[in-house]
Amino acid sequence: MVPPVTMITGTRKGIGKFLVHHYVGLGHRVVGCSRERLEWALDGYEHYIADVSDELAVKRMFSAVRKTYGGLDHLINNAGIASLNHSILTPVSTVQKILDTNVVGTFLFCREGVKLMERRRYGRIVNLGTVAVPMRLEGEAIYAASKNAVVAFTQILAREVAELGITCNVVAPTPIATDLTRAVPRDKMDRIVNRLAIRRLGRFEDVANVIDFFIRPESDFVTGQTIFLGGV
Amino acid sequence: MRETLLALIIKAASELNLQLENKIPVERGVDAPLYGQNGVLDSVGLVSLVVEVEQAIEDETGVSITLANEGAMSQKRSPFGSIGALVEYAESLIRAGV
Repeated sequence: MVPPVTMITGTRKGIGKFLVHHYVGLGHRVVGCSRERLEWALDGYEHYIADVSDELAVKRMFSAVRKTYGGLDHLINNAGIASLNHSILTPVSTVQKILDTNVVGTFLFCREGVKLMERRRYGRIVNLGTVAVPMRLEGEAIYAASKNAVVAFTQILAREVAELGITCNVVAPTPIATDLTRAVPRDKMDRIVNRLAIRRLGRFEDVANVIDFFIRPESDFVTGQTIFLGGV
Repeated sequence: MRETLLALIIKAASELNLQLENKIPVERGVDAPLYGQNGVLDSVGLVSLVVEVEQAIEDETGVSITLANEGAMSQKRSPFGSIGALVEYAESLIRAGV
């Protein structure tokens, strides 16, 4: 059997880097991207430098993937940025950046990803959400709004591409110790964790576990869903 | 350029026909209806055709275009209405380099 091709965005560090190692370990052919150069390398992983909201760069990347691999089985839209700030203190430029990466980037990769999946009538798309949406976390208004946009987009895309054999789902992690959460004060993080049914920070493995479920061939009847970690 | 695009789009439509119940009448050439009024494609069929044509154009000419362009949505005459309209539209995108 030919190993599946898995594309992951935002792989320089954090969840994305973990997912690369996880899926290479499972024998996938993994491709990914980040805005900056990697400080690590892994056999079985091919990296592209691309800003996920840059249409030309994204199209170039997909074109290269099509020529090299002939198609795409899994797309994991992990790239995301946050800005933890009171709404009244948030500059428009920050809002724009968050929307560009989280919403426009996810859209672009889904659009181009579906093009690589449709011919074989098979594909799995997993987008990243956040528990900040149902938890209504103060200071994360724009981040949560952008991720809620990702959820709405995923739910509708799921219907639009169902006939093509492609599923689209969202995994919504709790805070995990990454660069994204490092800026959050300890007491605030404790308050968030204490509101979860399972009171601990998330782990990369928790995210991978849900993605593993979504991308299984047997999950072909699961689409348009969001799984929140931690028991929100 | 136009002949190349016409041949390429007819080839893509013929390949797509293998999967379609309601087939594109490719024998009508530029007059073959695609999508919209009198069209034979549903939206999923159009998506498949767009993907085939974009990839064929890239393979043939080395130019990567996006048919889902703002221009396509704002034109009075849909570029997806017929094979002829699609040929014209694709040619305009290649010339504009988008």
